[in-house]
Amino acid sequence: MLTYALVAGVLFGLYFSLVGMGLNLVFGVMRIVNLAHGDVLMLGAFVALGVVALAGIDPLFAVPLAFMVFLLVGMLLYWVLVPRLQGSANPEMLSIILFFGLSQVVEAITTIFAGTSERSIQSRLLGTVFSTIKVQLFGGKPETGPIRILGQGFPAPWVIAAGTSLVAIGLVYVYLYRTRLGTLTRAVMSRRDEALASGIDVDRVSAAAFGIGLGLAAVAGVFAPFMFGSITPAFGADATVTSFAIVVLGSLGNPLGTALGGVVYGVCYMLVQTYLSSWADLLPYVLLILILLLRPSGLLGRRVRVA
Amino acid sequence: MPNAVKHVLFILVPLIAVFAVLPGLYQNHLLLFNFVTFLILAQGVNIIYGFTGYLPFGYVGFFGAGAYGFAVLVMHYQSPALVAVLAAGLVGVLLGLLLTPLLRLSGAYFAIANLAASLAVLHLVANPALEGITKGPYGVSLTGTFNPSHAYYAALVVLTLTVGGVVFLKNSSFGLALQAVREDSVSASMAGVNVVKMRIAAWLASALVAGLAGGIYAWYVSVFYPDNVFSGEFSIFAIVFALFGGVATISGPIIGVLILYGVYNLIGFTTPQYFQLIYGLLIMGLVLFLPAGLVSLATRRGWHVP
Repeated sequence: MLTYALVAGVLFGLYFSLVGMGLNLVFGVMRIVNLAHGDVLMLGAFVALGVVALAGIDPLFAVPLAFMVFLLVGMLLYWVLVPRLQGSANPEMLSIILFFGLSQVVEAITTIFAGTSERSIQSRLLGTVFSTIKVQLFGGKPETGPIRILGQGFPAPWVIAAGTSLVAIGLVYVYLYRTRLGTLTRAVMSRRDEALASGIDVDRVSAAAFGIGLGLAAVAGVFAPFMFGSITPAFGADATVTSFAIVVLGSLGNPLGTALGGVVYGVCYMLVQTYLSSWADLLPYVLLILILLLRPSGLLGRRVRVA
Repeated sequence: MPNAVKHVLFILVPLIAVFAVLPGLYQNHLLLFNFVTFLILAQGVNIIYGFTGYLPFGYVGFFGAGAYGFAVLVMHYQSPALVAVLAAGLVGVLLGLLLTPLLRLSGAYFAIANLAASLAVLHLVANPALEGITKGPYGVSLTGTFNPSHAYYAALVVLTLTVGGVVFLKNSSFGLALQAVREDSVSASMAGVNVVKMRIAAWLASALVAGLAGGIYAWYVSVFYPDNVFSGEFSIFAIVFALFGGVATISGPIIGVLILYGVYNLIGFTTPQYFQLIYGLLIMGLVLFLPAGLVSLATRRGWHVP
């Protein structure tokens, strides 16, 4: 029971890190609170639904598609919304309200086109690529059913989502620490005005970060139907609050801290779910408040609190 | 004539008079009550956001806590409605006191923490494990105290107090000090303003107002579920109404509620998703093109808006 909760917690936690990562990147670079984050997740799930419904192939193919589409959408959205917002008196506060409006628009449009019914994807469709390749190379039967870790069986989609999250986190690391644009991104994160003064094209860097943030959220969304069972257009709001809990847990403005925050969150969530299930709903909120009050910079953060 | 008297005579008195007379002329009593509720909440948001700069994204937490404070007192102690409304205000203040540590956070951190706090209160109240006290997710029914017209006048009294409070903030050195803290807390504290005390006072005042409004709402509707009284729409609407009119003014939030909530009821509820779409676009347009509210159209031309 305990082993199961712990391993499931780590698997969910890795996935949760991916859920929070994009939000953190956007906040870290632009000091903008993207309340529409959960709605991008929801749209990513609809990309996966579309890929399965139209092409009938493994939803894993939706991952690069969702990422590219939302990378472009993000950059476009950045140029439309953000420069105007930054010109106002209190951009951080107004961004909350602006992106709340955006999330309403997204939710409304999705509801108009897709209805309010719950949608899901058969979980055996995910990862059919792997089993097909395995069958072609090594022969044998395509195996279905749970994957065994430490003597316990876990649904295959959990393991695949966790694996994809690990890859995505690795890529974000490479982007931030091994590429020129990533170095510039970190410069903008630590001091926006000094970055501007030293000749960095802050708008271009921020637009890239915004696009990548949205892209990561959409990738996380592809797995949402498997991790949460089903998906509705109203799924976005809850996902946003959960993402915030994870991001703040890790530390706002430090995308790699989110990986730690996600795992801690996932393990706590599974433990509470296993032993005190009626209180599990309270966990993200209480955890969020406690962390904000006791260690507002997050588990790995520098001090950011003012007055 | 001092400004405070002018503000009371030309804004507060006509507003209350109109809403006191309207139930005799207009059939839809619930709609009028909702108008009064949102006027109270928008002014409550104005007190905390307009004068101190803290965005209470989970403002509904106080409202819902007030409603459940009212319900618990009526259900378990059979107390009269007025006493229960006062208790609801007290519950709001107590929750505010409990959450004062959040004021140490700034900017987005505060807004998110406040949102989380309101959701935590919701899940606490709606927890099936507490069914004996709050009836959990199954909702409460308070038929014993049901009296919409008394509740409506009680709401008017709270509205009077709230708008009166804003008139006071607008015309007193206390309100000026609060705005100084909002603009630059370090300079304000060097000028002798007790920053922490000021913020807590404004925070508790807005919590009190929302708690009272929640209690009266519970009295008025008498049957409700946790999801009704903790609906995020209360926070969002109150914030958007206040912003639309213009915060840190007396008339801004009033204009915002009258116009936007009026439009809301004209569009109607028949197709909620189209309504949500229009509303979302309206919010985005507001932030992008009119971030200081409708009153900024006048102040930009140099006209003074109370």
